[in-house]
Amino acid sequence: MATIIIPTPLRKFTNQQTRIKVGGENIQQSINELISEFPDLKKNLLEDNGKIRNYVNIFIGNKDIRDLLNEHTLVEHDTVISIVPAIAGGSSNQL
Amino acid sequence: MSFQNITFSKSELARYNRHIIIPEFGIAGQEKLKAAKVIVVGSGGLGSPLLLYLAAAGVGTIGIVDFDTVDDSNLHRQVLFGVNEVGKPKVLAAKQRLEQLNPHIEIIAYNTQLTSKNALKLISDYDVVADGTDNFPTRYLVNDAAVLAGKPNVYASIFQFEGQVSVFNYTNKQGEVGPNYRDLYATPPPAGLIPSCAEGGVLGVLPGIIGSLQANEVIKIITGLGDPLSGKLFTFDALSFETRTFNISKNPLTYKIKELIDYEQFCGVKAVEKKIKEISAEEFQTWKDDGEEFQVIDVRETNEYETVNIGAHLIPLSQVIDRADEIERERKVVVHCKLGGRSAKAIRQLEEHFGFENLYNLTGGITAYLELNNVNEILK
Repeated sequence: MATIIIPTPLRKFTNQQTRIKVGGENIQQSINELISEFPDLKKNLLEDNGKIRNYVNIFIGNKDIRDLLNEHTLVEHDTVISIVPAIAGGSSNQL
Repeated sequence: MSFQNITFSKSELARYNRHIIIPEFGIAGQEKLKAAKVIVVGSGGLGSPLLLYLAAAGVGTIGIVDFDTVDDSNLHRQVLFGVNEVGKPKVLAAKQRLEQLNPHIEIIAYNTQLTSKNALKLISDYDVVADGTDNFPTRYLVNDAAVLAGKPNVYASIFQFEGQVSVFNYTNKQGEVGPNYRDLYATPPPAGLIPSCAEGGVLGVLPGIIGSLQANEVIKIITGLGDPLSGKLFTFDALSFETRTFNISKNPLTYKIKELIDYEQFCGVKAVEKKIKEISAEEFQTWKDDGEEFQVIDVRETNEYETVNIGAHLIPLSQVIDRADEIERERKVVVHCKLGGRSAKAIRQLEEHFGFENLYNLTGGITAYLELNNVNEILK
Protein backbone atom coordinates (compact mmCIF):
# COMPACT_ATOMS: atom_id res chain seq x y z
CA MET A 1 0.00 0.00 0.00
CA ALA A 2 1.33 3.43 -0.93
CA THR A 3 1.23 6.32 1.52
CA ILE A 4 -0.33 9.67 0.61
CA ILE A 5 0.79 12.71 2.61
CA ILE A 6 -2.08 15.15 3.03
CA PRO A 7 -1.13 18.85 3.11
CA THR A 8 -2.40 21.15 5.85
CA PRO A 9 -5.10 22.90 3.76
CA LEU A 10 -6.75 19.58 2.90
CA ARG A 11 -6.58 17.93 6.31
CA LYS A 12 -9.98 19.21 7.27
CA PHE A 13 -11.33 16.81 4.65
CA THR A 14 -9.46 13.80 6.10
CA ASN A 15 -10.39 14.22 9.76
CA GLN A 16 -6.95 15.80 10.27
CA GLN A 17 -5.18 12.61 9.19
CA THR A 18 -1.81 13.43 7.65
CA ARG A 19 -0.77 10.09 6.16
CA ILE A 20 -3.18 7.73 4.50
CA LYS A 21 -2.44 4.27 3.15
CA VAL A 22 -4.05 3.50 -0.17
CA GLY A 23 -4.02 0.70 -2.72
CA GLY A 24 -4.00 1.12 -6.50
CA GLU A 25 -1.50 0.37 -9.19
CA ASN A 26 -1.04 3.91 -10.40
CA ILE A 27 -1.54 7.48 -9.21
CA GLN A 28 -5.06 7.74 -10.63
CA GLN A 29 -6.20 4.59 -8.82
CA SER A 30 -4.52 5.64 -5.57
CA ILE A 31 -6.10 9.10 -5.69
CA ASN A 32 -9.49 7.58 -6.51
CA GLU A 33 -9.17 5.28 -3.53
CA LEU A 34 -8.29 8.23 -1.31
CA ILE A 35 -11.34 10.10 -2.59
CA SER A 36 -13.63 7.14 -2.07
CA GLU A 37 -12.58 7.18 1.57
CA PHE A 38 -12.77 10.98 1.90
CA PRO A 39 -15.30 12.16 -0.73
CA ASP A 40 -14.99 15.84 0.27
CA LEU A 41 -11.49 15.83 -1.22
CA LYS A 42 -12.85 15.25 -4.71
CA LYS A 43 -13.72 18.82 -5.61
CA ASN A 44 -10.29 19.97 -4.43
CA LEU A 45 -8.30 17.34 -6.30
CA LEU A 46 -10.17 16.43 -9.47
CA GLU A 47 -11.74 18.26 -12.38
CA ASP A 48 -15.26 17.25 -13.39
CA ASN A 49 -13.72 14.97 -16.01
CA GLY A 50 -11.71 13.13 -13.33
CA LYS A 51 -8.35 14.71 -14.25
CA ILE A 52 -6.13 15.99 -11.46
CA ARG A 53 -6.54 19.77 -11.09
CA ASN A 54 -3.61 21.82 -12.33
CA TYR A 55 -3.24 23.84 -9.13
CA VAL A 56 -2.56 20.60 -7.26
CA ASN A 57 0.90 19.11 -7.68
CA ILE A 58 1.49 15.46 -7.00
CA PHE A 59 4.94 14.11 -6.32
CA ILE A 60 6.24 10.58 -5.99
CA GLY A 61 9.18 10.88 -3.65
CA ASN A 62 10.67 14.17 -4.84
CA LYS A 63 9.59 13.74 -8.48
CA ASP A 64 6.71 15.61 -10.08
CA ILE A 65 4.35 13.13 -11.76
CA ARG A 66 4.24 15.54 -14.72
CA ASP A 67 7.86 14.58 -15.33
CA LEU A 68 6.89 10.90 -15.13
CA LEU A 69 3.67 9.47 -16.59
CA ASN A 70 1.21 11.83 -14.90
CA GLU A 71 -1.72 9.94 -13.38
CA HIS A 72 -0.55 6.75 -15.07
CA THR A 73 2.67 6.73 -13.06
CA LEU A 74 2.97 3.40 -11.30
CA VAL A 75 3.03 3.20 -7.52
CA GLU A 76 4.77 0.57 -5.43
CA HIS A 77 3.85 -0.62 -1.96
CA ASP A 78 6.45 1.70 -0.41
CA THR A 79 5.73 4.74 -2.62
CA VAL A 80 5.24 8.03 -0.80
CA ILE A 81 2.84 10.32 -2.66
CA SER A 82 2.77 14.00 -1.68
CA ILE A 83 -0.09 16.31 -2.60
CA VAL A 84 1.17 19.91 -2.74
CA PRO A 85 -1.54 22.47 -3.49
CA ALA A 86 -0.96 26.15 -4.17
CA ILE A 87 -1.08 28.23 -1.00
CA ALA A 88 -1.05 32.00 -1.11
CA GLY A 89 -0.93 33.25 2.47
CA GLY A 90 -3.28 35.34 4.52
CA SER A 91 -5.81 36.67 2.09
CA SER A 92 -8.12 35.02 -0.42
CA ASN A 93 -10.92 37.43 -0.88
CA GLN A 94 -13.62 36.22 -3.18
CA LEU A 95 -15.05 38.56 -5.77
CA MET B 1 25.25 44.60 -10.30
CA SER B 2 28.75 46.08 -10.02
CA PHE B 3 30.54 45.84 -6.70
CA GLN B 4 33.98 47.01 -7.76
CA ASN B 5 33.68 50.50 -6.29
CA ILE B 6 32.15 49.49 -2.98
CA THR B 7 33.98 50.65 0.13
CA PHE B 8 33.27 50.18 3.83
CA SER B 9 33.68 52.48 6.79
CA LYS B 10 35.33 51.22 9.96
CA SER B 11 32.01 50.79 11.68
CA GLU B 12 30.64 48.83 8.72
CA LEU B 13 33.66 46.52 8.75
CA ALA B 14 33.12 45.94 12.46
CA ARG B 15 29.41 45.28 11.92
CA TYR B 16 29.94 42.77 9.10
CA ASN B 17 33.02 41.11 10.62
CA ARG B 18 31.34 37.74 11.22
CA HIS B 19 30.37 37.58 7.56
CA ILE B 20 33.73 38.70 6.29
CA ILE B 21 35.69 36.13 8.28
CA ILE B 22 33.82 33.23 6.67
CA PRO B 23 36.39 32.17 4.04
CA GLU B 24 33.80 31.54 1.28
CA PHE B 25 32.04 34.81 2.02
CA GLY B 26 34.88 37.25 2.63
CA ILE B 27 34.93 40.93 1.81
CA ALA B 28 33.77 40.17 -1.75
CA GLY B 29 30.51 38.66 -0.46
CA GLN B 30 29.89 41.69 1.69
CA GLU B 31 30.64 44.03 -1.20
CA LYS B 32 28.10 42.19 -3.35
CA LEU B 33 25.49 42.59 -0.62
CA LYS B 34 26.16 46.31 -0.32
CA ALA B 35 25.93 46.76 -4.09
CA ALA B 36 22.70 44.77 -4.32
CA LYS B 37 19.17 46.11 -4.66
CA VAL B 38 16.36 43.88 -3.41
CA ILE B 39 12.65 44.64 -3.62
CA VAL B 40 10.43 42.96 -1.03
CA VAL B 41 6.74 42.79 -1.90
CA GLY B 42 4.71 42.57 1.30
CA SER B 43 5.99 43.60 4.71
CA GLY B 44 3.84 41.28 6.80
CA GLY B 45 4.55 37.88 8.33
CA LEU B 46 7.13 36.77 5.76
CA GLY B 47 8.38 40.29 5.06
CA SER B 48 9.21 40.92 8.71
CA PRO B 49 12.03 38.38 9.20
CA LEU B 50 13.06 38.72 5.58
CA LEU B 51 13.53 42.48 5.86
CA LEU B 52 15.18 42.28 9.27
CA TYR B 53 17.78 39.78 8.04
CA LEU B 54 18.41 41.49 4.70
CA ALA B 55 18.91 44.83 6.45
CA ALA B 56 21.09 43.30 9.16
CA ALA B 57 23.14 41.44 6.54
CA GLY B 58 23.91 44.72 4.79
CA VAL B 59 21.93 44.57 1.54
CA GLY B 60 22.69 48.07 0.25
CA THR B 61 19.29 49.05 -1.12
CA ILE B 62 16.01 47.52 0.00
CA GLY B 63 12.68 48.53 -1.55
CA ILE B 64 9.50 47.65 0.35
CA VAL B 65 6.08 47.58 -1.32
CA ASP B 66 2.96 47.44 0.84
CA PHE B 67 -0.20 49.52 1.13
CA ASP B 68 -1.45 48.14 4.45
CA THR B 69 -1.38 49.63 7.93
CA VAL B 70 -0.26 47.85 11.09
CA ASP B 71 -3.12 46.16 12.93
CA ASP B 72 -3.26 44.55 16.39
CA SER B 73 -3.91 41.18 14.76
CA ASN B 74 -0.57 41.43 12.89
CA LEU B 75 1.60 41.54 15.98
CA HIS B 76 1.61 37.80 16.79
CA ARG B 77 3.79 37.17 13.73
CA GLN B 78 4.88 40.48 12.15
CA VAL B 79 7.87 41.05 14.39
CA LEU B 80 8.93 44.24 12.61
CA PHE B 81 6.18 46.08 14.45
CA GLY B 82 5.13 46.85 18.01
CA VAL B 83 2.09 48.40 19.63
CA ASN B 84 3.38 51.90 18.93
CA GLU B 85 3.13 51.25 15.19
CA VAL B 86 -0.52 50.11 15.19
CA GLY B 87 -2.40 52.26 12.68
CA LYS B 88 0.75 53.40 10.85
CA PRO B 89 1.52 52.47 7.22
CA LYS B 90 3.57 49.27 7.32
CA VAL B 91 6.25 50.45 4.89
CA LEU B 92 6.94 53.58 6.93
CA ALA B 93 7.03 51.69 10.22
CA ALA B 94 9.30 49.09 8.60
CA LYS B 95 11.63 51.75 7.17
CA GLN B 96 11.99 53.38 10.57
CA ARG B 97 12.73 50.06 12.27
CA LEU B 98 15.22 48.93 9.63
CA GLU B 99 17.07 52.25 9.64
CA GLN B 100 17.54 51.83 13.38
CA LEU B 101 18.84 48.34 12.77
CA ASN B 102 21.30 49.36 10.05
CA PRO B 103 21.99 53.03 9.25
CA HIS B 104 24.48 52.09 6.52
CA ILE B 105 21.88 50.98 3.99
CA GLU B 106 19.11 52.68 2.02
CA ILE B 107 15.48 51.73 2.58
CA ILE B 108 12.96 52.87 -0.03
CA ALA B 109 9.32 52.65 1.05
CA TYR B 110 6.56 52.34 -1.57
CA ASN B 111 3.33 52.91 0.30
CA THR B 112 1.23 51.52 -2.51
CA GLN B 113 -0.33 48.35 -3.81
CA LEU B 114 1.69 46.49 -6.44
CA THR B 115 -0.43 46.61 -9.60
CA SER B 116 -0.12 45.68 -13.26
CA LYS B 117 0.54 49.38 -13.91
CA ASN B 118 3.46 49.92 -11.53
CA ALA B 119 4.97 46.44 -11.10
CA LEU B 120 7.37 46.41 -14.04
CA LYS B 121 8.72 49.86 -13.33
CA LEU B 122 9.26 49.07 -9.64
CA ILE B 123 10.83 45.67 -10.17
CA SER B 124 13.08 46.77 -13.04
CA ASP B 125 15.03 49.00 -10.68
CA TYR B 126 16.10 46.02 -8.54
CA ASP B 127 18.34 42.95 -8.86
CA VAL B 128 16.24 40.46 -6.89
CA VAL B 129 12.52 40.25 -6.09
CA ALA B 130 11.28 38.64 -2.88
CA ASP B 131 7.62 37.68 -2.79
CA GLY B 132 6.12 37.80 0.69
CA THR B 133 2.57 38.57 -0.38
CA ASP B 134 -0.60 36.98 0.91
CA ASN B 135 -2.90 36.43 -2.06
CA PHE B 136 -2.97 34.72 -5.43
CA PRO B 137 -3.50 37.78 -7.69
CA THR B 138 -0.36 39.47 -6.33
CA ARG B 139 1.65 36.24 -6.49
CA TYR B 140 0.93 35.81 -10.20
CA LEU B 141 1.59 39.52 -10.74
CA VAL B 142 4.97 39.37 -8.96
CA ASN B 143 5.87 36.24 -10.91
CA ASP B 144 4.93 37.60 -14.31
CA ALA B 145 6.60 40.96 -13.68
CA ALA B 146 9.79 39.20 -12.51
CA VAL B 147 9.76 37.04 -15.66
CA LEU B 148 9.21 40.03 -17.95
CA ALA B 149 11.91 42.05 -16.16
CA GLY B 150 14.29 39.06 -16.12
CA LYS B 151 14.75 39.08 -12.33
CA PRO B 152 15.00 36.13 -9.95
CA ASN B 153 11.91 35.81 -7.75
CA VAL B 154 12.50 34.38 -4.27
CA TYR B 155 9.13 32.97 -3.27
CA ALA B 156 7.70 31.91 0.07
CA SER B 157 4.18 31.11 1.18
CA ILE B 158 2.54 29.92 4.38
CA PHE B 159 -0.68 28.34 5.60
CA GLN B 160 -1.45 27.36 9.20
CA PHE B 161 1.50 25.05 10.00
CA GLU B 162 2.95 24.65 6.53
CA GLY B 163 5.32 26.71 4.42
CA GLN B 164 6.76 26.64 0.90
CA VAL B 165 9.95 28.22 -0.48
CA SER B 166 11.37 28.31 -3.99
CA VAL B 167 13.47 30.47 -6.31
CA PHE B 168 11.74 31.20 -9.59
CA ASN B 169 13.05 32.57 -12.89
CA TYR B 170 16.65 32.14 -11.81
CA THR B 171 19.33 32.32 -14.50
CA ASN B 172 22.20 29.99 -13.66
CA LYS B 173 25.85 30.38 -14.59
CA GLN B 174 25.22 28.56 -17.88
CA GLY B 175 22.55 31.14 -18.75
CA GLU B 176 19.68 28.66 -18.32
CA VAL B 177 16.51 30.11 -16.81
CA GLY B 178 14.76 27.94 -14.21
CA PRO B 179 11.02 27.38 -13.79
CA ASN B 180 8.67 30.11 -12.61
CA TYR B 181 5.51 30.03 -10.49
CA ARG B 182 3.32 29.31 -13.51
CA ASP B 183 5.35 26.19 -14.27
CA LEU B 184 4.52 24.98 -10.77
CA TYR B 185 0.91 26.18 -10.63
CA ALA B 186 -0.48 27.01 -14.06
CA THR B 187 -3.66 28.48 -12.60
CA PRO B 188 -4.76 29.43 -9.09
CA PRO B 189 -7.39 27.40 -7.25
CA PRO B 190 -10.92 28.72 -7.74
CA ALA B 191 -12.04 30.98 -4.90
CA GLY B 192 -13.38 29.01 -1.98
CA LEU B 193 -11.84 25.64 -2.83
CA ILE B 194 -8.45 25.51 -1.11
CA PRO B 195 -8.97 27.14 2.28
CA SER B 196 -7.06 30.35 2.96
CA CYS B 197 -5.16 31.64 6.01
CA ALA B 198 -7.96 34.13 6.53
CA GLU B 199 -10.17 31.14 7.31
CA GLY B 200 -7.51 28.93 8.80
CA GLY B 201 -4.98 31.20 10.49
CA VAL B 202 -1.25 30.77 10.73
CA LEU B 203 1.11 29.77 13.52
CA GLY B 204 2.93 32.99 14.44
CA VAL B 205 6.42 31.53 14.36
CA LEU B 206 5.96 29.87 10.95
CA PRO B 207 6.53 33.01 8.82
CA GLY B 208 9.58 33.60 11.04
CA ILE B 209 11.02 30.25 9.93
CA ILE B 210 9.97 30.45 6.30
CA GLY B 211 10.79 34.16 5.87
CA SER B 212 14.29 33.50 7.24
CA LEU B 213 14.79 30.72 4.67
CA GLN B 214 13.67 33.22 2.03
CA ALA B 215 16.29 35.72 3.25
CA ASN B 216 18.89 32.94 3.04
CA GLU B 217 18.06 32.36 -0.65
CA VAL B 218 18.20 36.10 -1.42
CA ILE B 219 21.65 36.31 0.16
CA LYS B 220 22.84 33.21 -1.72
CA ILE B 221 21.69 34.63 -5.05
CA ILE B 222 23.41 37.95 -4.42
CA THR B 223 26.69 36.49 -3.22
CA GLY B 224 26.71 33.54 -5.62
CA LEU B 225 27.29 31.16 -2.70
CA GLY B 226 25.86 27.65 -2.76
CA ASP B 227 23.02 26.39 -4.89
CA PRO B 228 19.87 28.50 -5.00
CA LEU B 229 16.55 26.67 -4.61
CA SER B 230 15.88 26.98 -8.34
CA GLY B 231 14.03 24.04 -9.89
CA LYS B 232 13.07 22.89 -6.41
CA LEU B 233 10.14 23.45 -4.09
CA PHE B 234 10.90 23.21 -0.37
CA THR B 235 8.07 22.49 2.05
CA PHE B 236 8.06 22.52 5.83
CA ASP B 237 5.43 21.08 8.14
CA ALA B 238 5.86 22.61 11.58
CA LEU B 239 3.73 19.96 13.28
CA SER B 240 5.53 16.85 12.05
CA PHE B 241 8.81 18.75 11.57
CA GLU B 242 9.03 17.16 8.16
CA THR B 243 10.77 18.98 5.37
CA ARG B 244 10.61 17.89 1.78
CA THR B 245 12.35 19.22 -1.32
CA PHE B 246 10.62 18.41 -4.58
CA ASN B 247 12.09 18.73 -8.05
CA ILE B 248 10.15 21.05 -10.34
CA SER B 249 10.84 21.72 -13.97
CA LYS B 250 9.80 24.04 -16.75
CA ASN B 251 6.53 22.97 -18.25
CA PRO B 252 6.47 23.35 -22.04
CA LEU B 253 2.70 23.86 -21.86
CA THR B 254 3.00 26.81 -19.46
CA TYR B 255 1.38 30.03 -20.61
CA LYS B 256 3.98 32.30 -22.19
CA ILE B 257 4.02 35.56 -20.27
CA LYS B 258 3.97 38.48 -22.71
CA GLU B 259 2.40 41.28 -20.69
CA LEU B 260 0.85 41.94 -17.29
CA ILE B 261 -2.88 41.22 -17.13
CA ASP B 262 -5.83 41.76 -14.77
CA TYR B 263 -4.79 39.37 -12.00
CA GLU B 264 -7.91 39.76 -9.89
CA GLN B 265 -9.96 38.62 -12.85
CA PHE B 266 -7.48 35.82 -13.62
CA CYS B 267 -7.66 34.51 -10.05
CA GLY B 268 -11.34 35.28 -9.41
CA VAL B 269 -10.41 36.94 -6.12
CA LYS B 270 -9.58 40.44 -5.02
CA ALA B 271 -6.03 41.22 -3.97
CA VAL B 272 -7.24 43.82 -1.51
CA GLU B 273 -10.49 43.75 0.34
CA LYS B 274 -11.89 47.05 1.53
CA LYS B 275 -12.32 47.12 5.27
CA ILE B 276 -15.88 47.37 6.50
CA LYS B 277 -17.07 49.20 9.60
CA GLU B 278 -17.53 47.01 12.64
CA ILE B 279 -19.32 47.23 15.96
CA SER B 280 -18.71 44.92 18.91
CA ALA B 281 -21.51 43.39 20.97
CA GLU B 282 -20.52 45.73 23.84
CA GLU B 283 -20.69 48.86 21.65
CA PHE B 284 -23.99 47.66 20.20
CA GLN B 285 -25.37 47.32 23.73
CA THR B 286 -24.16 50.84 24.55
CA TRP B 287 -25.91 52.22 21.47
CA LYS B 288 -29.11 50.55 22.64
CA ASP B 289 -28.72 51.77 26.22
CA ASP B 290 -28.03 55.32 25.01
CA GLY B 291 -31.14 55.31 22.86
CA GLU B 292 -29.13 55.83 19.67
CA GLU B 293 -31.18 55.79 16.48
CA PHE B 294 -30.34 52.83 14.24
CA GLN B 295 -31.82 50.00 12.24
CA VAL B 296 -30.84 46.35 12.76
CA ILE B 297 -30.78 43.88 9.86
CA ASP B 298 -30.49 40.11 10.36
CA VAL B 299 -29.17 38.28 7.26
CA ARG B 300 -29.56 34.73 8.57
CA GLU B 301 -32.13 32.28 7.21
CA THR B 302 -35.79 32.35 8.31
CA ASN B 303 -35.50 29.15 10.36
CA GLU B 304 -32.53 30.53 12.26
CA TYR B 305 -34.45 33.74 12.89
CA GLU B 306 -37.42 31.80 14.23
CA THR B 307 -35.17 29.92 16.67
CA VAL B 308 -33.84 33.08 18.19
CA ASN B 309 -33.76 36.74 17.16
CA ILE B 310 -33.20 40.17 18.64
CA GLY B 311 -36.06 41.89 16.88
CA ALA B 312 -34.07 42.79 13.78
CA HIS B 313 -35.52 43.18 10.31
CA LEU B 314 -34.91 39.85 8.53
CA ILE B 315 -33.39 39.86 5.03
CA PRO B 316 -31.53 36.58 4.34
CA LEU B 317 -28.14 37.06 2.68
CA SER B 318 -29.36 35.67 -0.65
CA GLN B 319 -32.01 38.42 -0.81
CA VAL B 320 -30.07 41.52 0.27
CA ILE B 321 -29.45 42.76 -3.27
CA ASP B 322 -33.11 42.45 -4.28
CA ARG B 323 -34.39 43.95 -1.04
CA ALA B 324 -31.80 46.68 -0.55
CA ASP B 325 -34.55 49.34 -0.55
CA GLU B 326 -35.69 48.00 2.84
CA ILE B 327 -32.38 49.11 4.34
CA GLU B 328 -32.34 52.66 5.68
CA ARG B 329 -29.81 55.21 4.50
CA GLU B 330 -30.47 58.08 6.89
CA ARG B 331 -29.68 56.21 10.10
CA LYS B 332 -26.87 53.89 11.11
CA VAL B 333 -27.59 50.25 10.26
CA VAL B 334 -26.19 47.31 12.23
CA VAL B 335 -26.08 44.12 10.16
CA HIS B 336 -25.71 40.79 11.90
CA CYS B 337 -25.81 37.05 11.28
CA LYS B 338 -24.81 34.17 13.58
CA LEU B 339 -21.08 34.90 13.85
CA GLY B 340 -20.34 37.86 11.58
CA GLY B 341 -19.27 36.19 8.31
CA ARG B 342 -22.47 36.39 6.29
CA SER B 343 -23.21 39.92 7.51
CA ALA B 344 -19.74 41.04 6.35
CA LYS B 345 -20.51 39.55 2.93
CA ALA B 346 -23.89 41.32 2.88
CA ILE B 347 -22.27 44.66 3.73
CA ARG B 348 -19.68 44.26 0.96
CA GLN B 349 -22.40 43.49 -1.57
CA LEU B 350 -24.52 46.44 -0.46
CA GLU B 351 -21.58 48.87 -0.44
CA GLU B 352 -20.38 47.67 -3.83
CA HIS B 353 -23.76 47.66 -5.59
CA PHE B 354 -25.59 50.51 -3.90
CA GLY B 355 -22.90 52.65 -2.27
CA PHE B 356 -24.15 52.28 1.31
CA GLU B 357 -21.89 54.07 3.80
CA ASN B 358 -23.88 53.60 7.01
CA LEU B 359 -23.56 49.83 7.57
CA TYR B 360 -21.87 48.30 10.62
CA ASN B 361 -21.03 44.62 10.99
CA LEU B 362 -21.82 43.17 14.42
CA THR B 363 -18.62 41.26 15.22
CA GLY B 364 -19.27 37.83 16.68
CA GLY B 365 -22.85 38.12 15.44
CA ILE B 366 -25.96 37.38 17.47
CA THR B 367 -23.93 34.75 19.33
CA ALA B 368 -21.64 37.35 20.89
CA TYR B 369 -24.59 39.61 21.68
CA LEU B 370 -26.56 36.84 23.41
CA GLU B 371 -23.48 35.76 25.34
CA LEU B 372 -22.98 39.32 26.51
CA ASN B 373 -26.52 39.30 27.81
CA ASN B 374 -26.16 35.83 29.30
CA VAL B 375 -28.85 34.39 27.09
CA ASN B 376 -28.29 30.67 26.81
CA GLU B 377 -30.27 30.09 23.66
CA ILE B 378 -29.22 27.19 21.50
CA LEU B 379 -28.09 28.49 18.15
CA LYS B 380 -28.24 25.87 15.48
